[in-house]
Amino acid sequence: MKKLPLQGRTLALLAVIIPLLVLFIYVGLRSGPLAPVAVTVASVESRAITPALFGIGTVEARYTYKIGPTFAGRVKRLEVHVGDQVKAGQVLGEMEPVDLDDRVRSQESVFKRAEAALREAEARQAYAQTQARRYEQLFAVRSTSEEIVTTKRQELQIADAALSAAREDIARARSDREGLVAQRSNLRLIAPVDGVVAVRDADPGTTIVAGQAVVEVIDPKSLWINVRFHQISASGLAGGLPAHIVLRSRGGQTLKGRVLRVEPKADAVTEETLAKVTFDNKPEPLPPVGELAEVTVDLPALPAAPLIPNAAVQREGDKVGVWQIVDGDLHFSPVKLGASDLNGYVQVREGLKNGDQIVTYSEKALTARSRIHVVDHIPGVSR
Amino acid sequence: MISLAGRDILHAWGKFVFTGIGLGLLIGVTLVMAGVYRGMVDDGKALLDNSGADLWVVQKDTLGPYAESSSLNDDVYRAILAMPGVAQAANVTYLTMQVRKGESDVRTMVVGIAPGALGATPGWPPYLVAGRQITRGHYEAVADIATGFKLGDRLAIRRNHYTVVGLTRRMVSSSGDPMVFIPLKDAQEAQFLKDNDALWQSRRRTEANPAFNRPGVPGLLDAVIASQSSNAFVNTVLVTLKPGHAPDEVAESIRRWKRLTVYTRAQMEDILVGKLIATSAKQIGMFLVILAIVSAAIVAFIIYSLTMDKIREIAVLKLIGTRNRTIAAMIMQQAIALGVIGFVVGKITATFSAPLFPKYVLLMPFDSIAGFFAVLVICVLASIVAIRMALKVDPAEAIGG
Repeated sequence: MKKLPLQGRTLALLAVIIPLLVLFIYVGLRSGPLAPVAVTVASVESRAITPALFGIGTVEARYTYKIGPTFAGRVKRLEVHVGDQVKAGQVLGEMEPVDLDDRVRSQESVFKRAEAALREAEARQAYAQTQARRYEQLFAVRSTSEEIVTTKRQELQIADAALSAAREDIARARSDREGLVAQRSNLRLIAPVDGVVAVRDADPGTTIVAGQAVVEVIDPKSLWINVRFHQISASGLAGGLPAHIVLRSRGGQTLKGRVLRVEPKADAVTEETLAKVTFDNKPEPLPPVGELAEVTVDLPALPAAPLIPNAAVQREGDKVGVWQIVDGDLHFSPVKLGASDLNGYVQVREGLKNGDQIVTYSEKALTARSRIHVVDHIPGVSR
Repeated sequence: MISLAGRDILHAWGKFVFTGIGLGLLIGVTLVMAGVYRGMVDDGKALLDNSGADLWVVQKDTLGPYAESSSLNDDVYRAILAMPGVAQAANVTYLTMQVRKGESDVRTMVVGIAPGALGATPGWPPYLVAGRQITRGHYEAVADIATGFKLGDRLAIRRNHYTVVGLTRRMVSSSGDPMVFIPLKDAQEAQFLKDNDALWQSRRRTEANPAFNRPGVPGLLDAVIASQSSNAFVNTVLVTLKPGHAPDEVAESIRRWKRLTVYTRAQMEDILVGKLIATSAKQIGMFLVILAIVSAAIVAFIIYSLTMDKIREIAVLKLIGTRNRTIAAMIMQQAIALGVIGFVVGKITATFSAPLFPKYVLLMPFDSIAGFFAVLVICVLASIVAIRMALKVDPAEAIGG
């Protein structure tokens, strides 16, 4: 009769010890290095992909007109401000003429003086001509000496020469004056095209060296994006490809565009290929020049080929490949990769065929000896 | 033959089991402490494993990039690629910083990875647990799961926003900070880019310098400012070797001909484990030793007091003529049983509490086995003291007392 309480105690003890042991064995096998590695598996499928290229760039104006004087001088007036719309031929401002007006007036007097000199020369020539003719007739009837006739002829020739000199003087005075007038009008700063004033570098009173810009006018219709693509991911970039543009200030909005040209000169220092991308429709309002833009260029779709996620690609020693599951065992298959898209898929050229099971995600780095345990998603990843 | 120890345990099993569990918690703490130490060392090794490099090329005469800062021009890798035996060479930048995450921020190590052939370029996260690798050259990030980011989250580094496209696991710096991988160009900018106020001030400073702002040379100022705001430096070049080339030989030839400092995997491990985490590892190790000594003392004391509780019963056993061997066996068996229960409970608590620690705790099977035998040895030693006391007891005590 004494056995029963003793058995009760034994049972109670076992009730504590056995779960502890079970838990211990579970802990020993399911955690630490002996535990199987959770992996997710995908099968290789054949699908078409549309590769795309991604680059960043800045909004730039294709045509920038830097307007300034061709002589050193001082700005007299400047009537436009940044943001003003200007028309082709519009006078934007003027440089200080200093003594140019006085010189034009002086040139006019020179011209008039030359006209007077011409009249004098004409009078002298007409008189010389008459005299020469008269003595020719007298000489014909032998009533004057040959010497006098020769003198009169010479006087006529001198008067002719003086007349042409006076004519040339007039032409010179006219040209000098026109030259000064042209210089005078050159002091006006004139817009060459319709556009928007982007920069106003100087205000009236500022001294400007020859060739320095006073205002910059850009043509808003000619805005484009100077895009930089990393050379590694620029294969297939060509003019005419469609592009999606996201301006930094308009995060959610995608604008359509087109690659205008790929620059023949790449940047050797930053290892980037440059391209110009234009907008299909002029964005309203205009983005500021210099704004950062992200550009995605769509390449032509490729024919269907076996595709794998890029997360599956790993390196073992010097080989690139994927962990393939063959009859429940891990097996590293080296692969040759082809084109990839921006969504993380990459074509397999060699090494895998459709329907092969490969490991996409794993809880830790895999080796050929790893025990695996296939799950839907890796524990700890919140979805 | 009945088991005296079993009988005695059954007699007061509750007390026995609870003593065992209490002991187990103490052993659990010791095991966790060992795990913390192993975790620190493993963090360092994980950093090296994850970089996937055979050689680290760093600034001359520095212990970079992890233990010291190092900076190299970002075109040095081209020269290294031309060295015999080099398969791949890739630029990498490391920057430990707080990354903004909504309202708060997380301490991370931002790694800039160079674009290159998928899977072959060192520096990339070697495996993912969700999402995909970076495909765009800018503004995408792969984050360690310990940062708390989810796929599709936007994180801010300096003035740029990055979309988390992939998650990875156990990608940590040597101090255990989770990593965030971003494209190299962005990382170079992040390392160098100051806030906008600083940029404006620096521009004004340059403008005020008459050497750079000359009226006769329009455009000079712009050129100077542009040259000031670019960063052509990286922290290290990771190199992988072609098969059949010894790391030491290739390292030596880069050292000799390129006049840069190069570390092999073994040297890098020495730097990380021997220099970078040496003091904190020693600190933890010291604590581990103290904890082990305290645990041993407590185990000894428990077994001693358990025996002392039974001293009257032992006197009775001696009175009825039980052999000393039987009594000694009983005490020792009890001590070992207590030790085993303690170890089992300790191992279970350590395993379940390890993931709760903010830093990585690595429980190694070897540590557990060593711990098991240590517990047994301590129990046996403690029981010897108790046995000596038990055997010295006078049988008359059973009657008197």
